[in-house]
Amino acid sequence: MMSDLRDWTIASASDALEKGEVSSVELTGAFIEAMEAGRTLNAFITETPELARERAAESDARRKNGDARGPMDGVPIAMKDLFCTEGVRTTAASHILDNFIPTYESTVSGNLRDAGSVMLGKTNLDEFAMGSANITSYFGSVKNPWTPEGANANLVPGGSSGGSVAAVSGGLAIAATGTDTGGSIRQPASFTGLVGMKPTYGRCSRWGVVAFASSLDQAGPLTRNVEDAAIMLQAMAGHDPKDSTSLPLDMPDCRAACTRDAKGLRVGIPKEYTLDSMPAEIQKLWDQGAQWFRDMGADVVEVSLPHTKYALPTYYIVAPAEASSNLARYDGVRYGFRKDGASLDEMYELTRGEGFGAEVQRRVMIGTYVLSAGYYDAYYVKAQQVRTLIAEDFKKVFNDVDVLLTPTAPSAAFFEGEKMDDPIAMYLNDVFTVPASLAGLPAISVPGGLDTSGLPLGLQLISGVCQEETLFRAASALEEAAGFTARPGEMA
Amino acid sequence: MTYLIQGETGDWEVVIGLEVHAQAITNAKLFSGAPATFGAGPNENVSLIDAAMPGMLPVINEMAIEQAVRTGLGLRAAINKYSVFERKNYFYADLPQGYQISQYLHPIVGEGVVTLDLSDGSTRDVGIERLHLEQDAGKSIHDQDPKRSMIDLNRAGVVLMEIVSKPDIRSPEEAGAYLKKLRAILRYLGTCDGNMEEGSMRADVNVSVRPKGADELRTRVEVKNVNSVRFVMQAIEVEAERQVEVWEDGDEVVQETRLFDPNKGETRAMRTKEFAHDYRYFPDPDLLPVRFDDDFIERIKATLPELPDDKKDRFINDMGLSAYDAGVLVADRETAAYFEDAAKGRDAKTVANWLTTNLFGALKKLDKGIGESPVSAIHLGELVGLIEDETISTKIAKDVFEEMLKTSKAPGDIVEEKGLKQITDTGAIEAIVDQVIADNPEQADEVRGGNDKAIGWFVGQVMKASQGKANPGQVNGLLRAKLLG
Amino acid sequence: MSLTKDDVRKIAFLARIRVPDERLEPLAGELNNIVGWVEQLGEVNTDGVEPMTSVVETETPMRKDEVTEGGITDKVLSNAPDGEGPFYGVPKVVE
Repeated sequence: MMSDLRDWTIASASDALEKGEVSSVELTGAFIEAMEAGRTLNAFITETPELARERAAESDARRKNGDARGPMDGVPIAMKDLFCTEGVRTTAASHILDNFIPTYESTVSGNLRDAGSVMLGKTNLDEFAMGSANITSYFGSVKNPWTPEGANANLVPGGSSGGSVAAVSGGLAIAATGTDTGGSIRQPASFTGLVGMKPTYGRCSRWGVVAFASSLDQAGPLTRNVEDAAIMLQAMAGHDPKDSTSLPLDMPDCRAACTRDAKGLRVGIPKEYTLDSMPAEIQKLWDQGAQWFRDMGADVVEVSLPHTKYALPTYYIVAPAEASSNLARYDGVRYGFRKDGASLDEMYELTRGEGFGAEVQRRVMIGTYVLSAGYYDAYYVKAQQVRTLIAEDFKKVFNDVDVLLTPTAPSAAFFEGEKMDDPIAMYLNDVFTVPASLAGLPAISVPGGLDTSGLPLGLQLISGVCQEETLFRAASALEEAAGFTARPGEMA
Repeated sequence: MTYLIQGETGDWEVVIGLEVHAQAITNAKLFSGAPATFGAGPNENVSLIDAAMPGMLPVINEMAIEQAVRTGLGLRAAINKYSVFERKNYFYADLPQGYQISQYLHPIVGEGVVTLDLSDGSTRDVGIERLHLEQDAGKSIHDQDPKRSMIDLNRAGVVLMEIVSKPDIRSPEEAGAYLKKLRAILRYLGTCDGNMEEGSMRADVNVSVRPKGADELRTRVEVKNVNSVRFVMQAIEVEAERQVEVWEDGDEVVQETRLFDPNKGETRAMRTKEFAHDYRYFPDPDLLPVRFDDDFIERIKATLPELPDDKKDRFINDMGLSAYDAGVLVADRETAAYFEDAAKGRDAKTVANWLTTNLFGALKKLDKGIGESPVSAIHLGELVGLIEDETISTKIAKDVFEEMLKTSKAPGDIVEEKGLKQITDTGAIEAIVDQVIADNPEQADEVRGGNDKAIGWFVGQVMKASQGKANPGQVNGLLRAKLLG
Repeated sequence: MSLTKDDVRKIAFLARIRVPDERLEPLAGELNNIVGWVEQLGEVNTDGVEPMTSVVETETPMRKDEVTEGGITDKVLSNAPDGEGPFYGVPKVVE
């Protein structure tokens, strides 16, 4: 067994399991210990050690019989607590679902289970995935493993998939699932030195995933490296007839694409992603990224996505509107928390008033407002029109380039308590990730380097619809050029 | 036939529009694979989707789309090749998602028309505004517990077609005729069983009144969930009268939803607060717009049966029936089919007569529908055939028909068994005629003396002597030849 | 466009979220900030632009009309906060 669990990747674990150097039971046992020892991170809402041991034993038995199911078989992973898991409490980090035990398994978690992976537990997140710092969870904030020793406050891990990145980055799991609505995979990956990938909208089934904003939600992997992301995505994705928006297409071989170099790749640098307020070191890393691509023989050109600045406000109309409707089912009648009232309406109001946290309430109300009579056209329809323009911007640009290179987030991880009194300041975290979400494009965050205080910064690559192979090709090249090896607790 | 309400200030006209919720005939629900059938135990026909469990997603049932298009074609309506499912957001205990998936800006069927057959044989066209698909809600049961309502989601998600008429209806009678005709069309098409008692067809009635001759539309009131044709007619009557009173008292009719109480024969305002209803419709992001091409429509068109209006025209023009008889026969698909089976190769008018005068009356007495008729269509046709080929007289036929009702036997067998066959052998009839003349010399002299009318008496005597079996025409001829010739 | 305390009360009721009276005013402020911020979309010329309906253009998938679910009353009710026999219970509704 490796002394530092953070040395394990999906690929290396799969290799070691195949060679018989380690059993899934051993590997899983080590991660269960780490999970228990790492509770200060608050990465997990629900730990499932018994289930994990059981599945690990099953995996070992399969392997012994020569029935191993591929590279995920026996690999211990963490599951964002937004995926419904049969018989295992699923909360969406909300009081309103804190006692909910699904009788069904989401397609994505089911795919991962069928691929043989071992679920260690359900990870913390922003309530209903609404947040960029993992500070809105009913189960408490998640601590970023990169938090310097002796700091007065915790660094946030980013959000909403904060528990998942903390678990992987802190060595409590080899990989984890995330979901991304406006950046909830990529931004926390950037904050913790991980790879976070959001596929084309429709690649991963949304069936059984607690919905935030249906037209934006996509599941994806959070891993230590690009190859792992390709392996895990392969297991998660695929057409699902139970999701009407699922793409009826097979996933290309993204792992194979990771071995190709970047020579001749056309890389676009969208000029509108330059922000006045952006720290110089992020601009520097971005420039460095472009240089790496040039050095590898790629063509790097400046491109224009003129409607970029409208992406965030568009997102903050569309996502809350859909959320206000998606969250209407949490009414205390069929499952979840209920606060009794004298009348039906009072029961609804008390249940939802106590069951939802402040940020969720705020977004549900914004969404209710922008859909309401007299405002629908001015806000919702307008936003969906702008969304069309944003998608068209991308479409045009991808006639000329293969991928776009941008920073993942406008800052490194910040301390809990910062940006808290102004929702809009918090929303700005997603300024670089939201445009690809609105257009449904695949995008990935790859660790690029450290800022002056030693915190990781990610670079984002975006490709055209269903161009995941190109995306992985570019991402693995970038990864190699960046040579990012830093780990939390080993900061200079 | 204008329907007017006499108020104290003058005559008032009623303006009516109907919204009919018709449950489409499908095996499964609109967006889930749970059964759409009636009669299951509470919450048995419920899938995780119907219960709106977290993360559950809808997938369209293709039959729902087909049935809507089929119905649209039957209503001679525009079919929209692009339609969109939207969410209608509101909270209610039997609405698990917190929204109903419905169609709003882009319904699957646009404007069409329903032709009413009125009791005086005239017709009148009522416009159809639209038809859209939507999910039914569940059921709240209020009478099981003093403090709580119980929710059963068996109906939640069942396919409904909401058929909205234009405000073209002007009387309770027309409203009744509209419902009956719509129901007939749906049943012909096989898209809805039209069973109002079971709730597979329900009507919301929009009623307003205005002074006779006025063009304005005044505030309308929606009377919800009226579950029989008779109640719809009654509800309109009492609601219109109530509104006339309100206006004449100098008050304003308020736009509201009311319920019809058939026991009290009145409408009352619903207590559920309509306050601040704002449905916040927006396209359901879990579903893509529905698109299909002309081929799809043509394929469905090819499967359409002959519809009541076409059938009626054919009955009148090709079969020679009166508009009234044709209207009566086509009103129900089974009756029309029965008629057509019976009339095959027979005189259609005679068959229609037997149906409307004899069979309908008999079935009513027996409290049976046409499907349970002891007299099959084939047998009724045979009976008319026996009259046509003079095997029996119309009078004997009536006796045979009574026997058919009792025994369900073929008329030919009954005639055979009971020896009712008409006597057409001239020799046999002549023998009876001679005997009757011989037995009644005085009456015979009277006829010979020029009293033509007395010949009728002789016909009766001969028929009596033959136990009704002699051919009356032949009897008449022979008597005339012998007495007057 | 500025939301008043009353607007917020109305929205909160539409969303069925109980907001204590003293929170209405500050919430109006928060919502106004956000609404004011998203209103910059007004600058964009969207004449003749179709609103986005789906990210990827694909055919609407449809299900065959087959019964594949149902008969799982226990699962449907297993998380019910007020399950009474085979029903969900709610405070009495008067129609």
